[in-house]
Amino acid sequence: MIVRDMHKSILPKRDQNVKAVIECKGVGIDFGGLCAVNDFNILIKKEEICGLIGPNGAGKTTVFNLLTKVYTPTRGVMYLNDKNTKSMNSIEANQSGIARTFQNIRLFKNMTVIENVLVGLHNEENCGIFESIFRLSKYWRSEDLLKKRAMELLSIFGMTNVADHISSSLSYGSQRRLEIIRALATRPSILLLDEPAAGMNSSETVELMENIKKIRDSFGIAILLIEHDMNLVMGVCETIGVLNYGVLIAKGTPREIQNNPVVVEAYLGKAKE
Amino acid sequence: MKNNLSMPVRYVINILSIIFFLVLGNFLLKIGLFGRAQVSTIIQSGIYIILAVSLNIVVGYLGHIPLGQAGFMAIGGYAAAFFWKSGILGGELAFIIGIIIAGISSGLFGFLISMPAFRLNGDYFAIITLAFSEIIRSVLINFPKVTGGAQGLKRIPKYSNFFCVYSIVIIVCTLIHLIMKSKHGRAILSTREDEIASKSCGVNIRRYKIFAFTISAFFTGIAGAVYATNQGIIAPSEYGFMKSVDVLVMVVLGGMGSMIGSITAAAFLASLPLFLQSVMKSFNNYRMIVYSFILIIIMVFKPSGLFGNYDFSFSAILERIINRLFVSKNEKVHENL
Ligand SMILES: Nc1ncnc2c1ncn2[C@@H]1O[C@H](COP(=O)(O)OP(=O)(O)O)[C@@H](O)[C@H]1O
Ligand SMILES: [Mg+2]
Repeated sequence: MIVRDMHKSILPKRDQNVKAVIECKGVGIDFGGLCAVNDFNILIKKEEICGLIGPNGAGKTTVFNLLTKVYTPTRGVMYLNDKNTKSMNSIEANQSGIARTFQNIRLFKNMTVIENVLVGLHNEENCGIFESIFRLSKYWRSEDLLKKRAMELLSIFGMTNVADHISSSLSYGSQRRLEIIRALATRPSILLLDEPAAGMNSSETVELMENIKKIRDSFGIAILLIEHDMNLVMGVCETIGVLNYGVLIAKGTPREIQNNPVVVEAYLGKAKE
Repeated sequence: MKNNLSMPVRYVINILSIIFFLVLGNFLLKIGLFGRAQVSTIIQSGIYIILAVSLNIVVGYLGHIPLGQAGFMAIGGYAAAFFWKSGILGGELAFIIGIIIAGISSGLFGFLISMPAFRLNGDYFAIITLAFSEIIRSVLINFPKVTGGAQGLKRIPKYSNFFCVYSIVIIVCTLIHLIMKSKHGRAILSTREDEIASKSCGVNIRRYKIFAFTISAFFTGIAGAVYATNQGIIAPSEYGFMKSVDVLVMVVLGGMGSMIGSITAAAFLASLPLFLQSVMKSFNNYRMIVYSFILIIIMVFKPSGLFGNYDFSFSAILERIINRLFVSKNEKVHENL
């Protein structure tokens, strides 16, 4: 497979020897009086698929925003590939190996599909402004390389045939897939997916979950997944954290989570209502 | 099978059509096809085209609305005028160096002002750029020893003619095009589309905002220099708020983010006085009413501007024609399947 060969070196040298991709210790954030996330501890290892579940408003998306430094935590420390993220902004967080998708799709709507991926590849090639304006050979080489790579990435979800379409013209499901590709383009060591199956029909969802596993295998990256559908998470994830009112109430394997009475009460119980 | 023209072929086509345009235009003017008023309007249009495409970088591509273009025009105009009047050099070389000095000094101010300006957004960005332009104007008025005060500078050597103004138009448009069709251009566009997503892709959006604003100021300064040499006289009163609005109207009318839109709208609005002079003697007094009216109509019926964000490509059109002519019907059917 193309995918496998081309991503052999996906993990840059910087994080080949790290133990944990992400480690959070006592992380929390307040919005005014509201404590959205509190005492959040998690450790995600290399090539692990981890699920984050919990009822609406539990603080899942907020955790993502904390990890990617969209928000600055009020308390606690976070390590990304063994590096403290305290002084990072979200650009540096991305460059240190974290990439994400958004719950409310945030594509570059008026740009084409391939341009969206090319923005993801922004830090891939180092072609300066001068070289670009005067179209020196370096410009052509790097543009060629970037386009080729963008097409390879698009081929993961079979989207090469829509490369020149405006991204907002894609179906909802394709937009979500494109967002994943764009995130992958930044060469992350961990990919955060915020409800990637939202708005997809059941066959699309099953296919997506298969692909998530494939992506993990071929790219060798860790994945942290927020998902509403309990069954789905159980099928894909190796470990699961359950968030309720901003607090991690349980962690463990899918089986442990399923049989955990606290979880059943807080989450499954609610779902049955 | 689609026929795609290769990149070098596209460049050759574009360069040939540009040369053709310049030579033809020059020829038509030389044989006296146009009267004095018309020639002066054509040159005015050229200046406004440079202003509009420069502003379009910030308004259309970056998605911010500055109201201080007149300030950059003034900086460019005065900087070039000082140089030309000093008489260190003469002839075409002086013209070119003056233009570059204008661009650099205006770009420098653009760079300096953009650092604090991009800490703010939306309305505040508009206000801080407006304030900047007003400061420039009062400085020009209040240091009469250097700047000539409210009287301004007179007897600026005249270098402008069709050929050199439109050569600059073409160079500026080409440079902007080349920047926008590179990874740096994509980064600027992504900033407009979604800042949070852009940052999550590792794009240093602050740097690109400053970059876009600086090159916009650079080219606006060049337009200011051409304006100055074309007028022969410049005074602070010309660089008021309304000048900035004039240019903004052109960009909005043409379609934010469309270079061909900015060009068309600038050429159209700059030559409107000429067309309407015969109907209305004092069109200039009513200009803003007409502009406002046009803007209202556009905003109601086509908010994205006349051209939306469509961009014209000569070689793409040629490609389409070639495909029409030479691709057989069967292949076309095949493509649709
Ligand atoms: N920027 C913000 N300002 C104020 N409150 C916020 C902000 N972001 C999230 N919240 C609050 O934090 C809580 C968790 O939200 P969120 O993380 O989006 O939940 P979910 O688990 O559904 O993704 C909600 O009560 C929400 O209102
Ligand atoms: Mg959420």
